Amino acid sequence: MPPTLASENPAASAVSPSGYAIEFDKVSIAFDENVVLDGVSFQLPHGETKALFGVAGSGKSTLLKLAIGLLRPDSGRIFVLGEEITHMPERELFELRRRVGIVFQESALFDSLKVSENVGYRLLEEHISAEEIERRVREVLRFVELERTYDMRPSELSGGMRRRVAIARAIVTKPEVLLYDSPTGGLDPVTSNTIVELIMKQRDVYKTSALMVTHRLQDAFTMATHQFDKATNQMVVLPKGQHCEVPMSFLILKDAKVIFDGDAHELATSRDDYIREYIS
Amino acid sequence: MAFELELTSPIEVAKDVALAVQDYTLLSAQSLANFFRRPLYMGDMLQQADLVGVGSLPIVVLTGLSVGALLALNSASTLQEFGGITLIGRLVSIGMVTELGPLITGLMVAGRNASGMASELGSMIVTEQIDAMRALGTDPTKKLITPRVGATAFMLFFLTIIADLLGLIGGYGVAHLLFGVDTQQYWTTVWQNLVFRDVFTGLIKPVLFGFIISTVGCYYGMSTRGGTQGVGRSTTQAVVASSVLILITDFFVTKLIFAIFGYR
Repeated sequence: MPPTLASENPAASAVSPSGYAIEFDKVSIAFDENVVLDGVSFQLPHGETKALFGVAGSGKSTLLKLAIGLLRPDSGRIFVLGEEITHMPERELFELRRRVGIVFQESALFDSLKVSENVGYRLLEEHISAEEIERRVREVLRFVELERTYDMRPSELSGGMRRRVAIARAIVTKPEVLLYDSPTGGLDPVTSNTIVELIMKQRDVYKTSALMVTHRLQDAFTMATHQFDKATNQMVVLPKGQHCEVPMSFLILKDAKVIFDGDAHELATSRDDYIREYIS
Repeated sequence: MAFELELTSPIEVAKDVALAVQDYTLLSAQSLANFFRRPLYMGDMLQQADLVGVGSLPIVVLTGLSVGALLALNSASTLQEFGGITLIGRLVSIGMVTELGPLITGLMVAGRNASGMASELGSMIVTEQIDAMRALGTDPTKKLITPRVGATAFMLFFLTIIADLLGLIGGYGVAHLLFGVDTQQYWTTVWQNLVFRDVFTGLIKPVLFGFIISTVGCYYGMSTRGGTQGVGRSTTQAVVASSVLILITDFFVTKLIFAIFGYR
C-alpha cells in the first residue's frame, strides 16, 4: 500500500480553453516511407486516464512523444492543456513540459546522477532551495515506497524500482498531465500491481489526466474496475454495475489509425472482430 | 542466406552529406549562442574542464616531451652537417609553438575526448535520457553541448601551452645531452626567434581545435541511431572526423596567418 503525498495537485482541476487535457486532431506522422500514425484524432478529458493499446510498432510510443512535443507531426494539430503545440518553438515547449510528466519505457533515468538527483532534477533546474528539494524528493520517494534508495545510483536498482523512481521523477512537480510508456512492461505481477495502484492513485486522488501505453490488457481492466480508496490507502474493487464510473477509457491503434475509442463497457461489447480477438 | 548489396545513388549520398553539414553547423552555432542565454551551466563546464584538461594532462605531457625531443633529434644531423647545431633551439621553438604543439595536443585530445563525448551522448540518446531531459524542460544543447564546447576550447589553450613548454624542454634535453649545445645558447635562440605572429598562431589554433573536437564529438553523439552498435559507430566517426578537420583547419589557419602577417 503506497503512502499518500502530503499535498494534492491544485492545478489538476484547471480547465484548458479547449476543454481537454490533450487533443489530437487528424495527426499524421511517417518515418521515411513508414506511416506510423495516419489521421489520428482523440480527446483526453481532464482527470481521465486513457489506456493506449496496439501491437508492437503501431505508434503508441510515437503518440506519447508527439503529445509532449518530442516529435512534430507531418500534418494535423495537437493541443496540450489548451495550447497548440504543433508548431510551438522548442523554448516555449520547455515551459509547457513543466506541467506534463512522462515515464519512459526503459525509465530513462540519468545514470550519472543519484536517485535523489534524478527525482529532484526538475526542482534543481527551477533553483528551489536544497531543503525544499530534499523534502519533496523524500515525499515522492515515500509515495513510491523507495525512500531507502535516496542515495543510490540507478544502476543499483531493479527494473521495477527504476520504473517507480521514474514515476516519482514524473510526479515530483505535481504535473497536470502524465504520460506513461509501458509502465508495467517486463515486470513481475506483484510489481506491476504496485505500479497500477500508483497510477490509479494519481487518477483518483490527485485527479491527474493521463495517457498510458500498455500491452497488458489486465492492467487497464484493473484500472477500470477498481478505484483508489483514500481512507484505506489501497485500491478497492468497484461494485458490479459501477465499473464504468471511474474516469478510464481505452484507445486502440491498428494500421496507423484509431479503431476504438471508448470506455470498458463499450470495449467489452464491441462487435469488431479484431477488437474481440484482441481482448479475448 | 543471401546478402543483397544495396546501392545508394550519388544524389542521395550528396543530400545526406549536405544535411549532415547543415545539422553540424546549426548545432555549432547553437552551442555558441547558448553562451549568451541563461542558464549557463557553470558546474557542468567545470566538470568538463576537469575531464578534458586535468584528464588529458598526462598524455599531453608525454607527447609534448617526445615530440620536442624527436624534433631536435631529427633536425640535429642536418644542422650538424652545415655547422649550425647552435640553431637547434630556433628550429624546435618555431616547430613546437606554431605547428606541432597545437596539432599534437589537438589530435591527442580528439582521440581521447571526441570519442568520450560521442559515446556518452550516444548512450544517452539510445537510452532515451536526452528525450527525458527535454521532457523535463531542459535544453540538452545548453546542459550538455555548450559546457563541453566552452571547457574544451578553454582547456586546450592551456594544454597546448604546456605541450609547447615540454616540447622545448624535450628538445633541450636532446640538444644538450646528445649534441652538447650550451644551455644558455639553446634558450636564447628559443626565446629570440619567437615573434608575436608565432605565438598568436600557436594560441589561436588550440581554441579552434577545441571547438572542432567538442562540436564534432557532440554532433556524432547527438545523431547516434541504432542502439549500442550505433554508439560504437558514432565514437569511431567522431575521432576520424575531428582529426581530419583539425588537419584541414590547421592548413588553412596557417595559410591565412601567412596571408595576413606575411611569410617569415
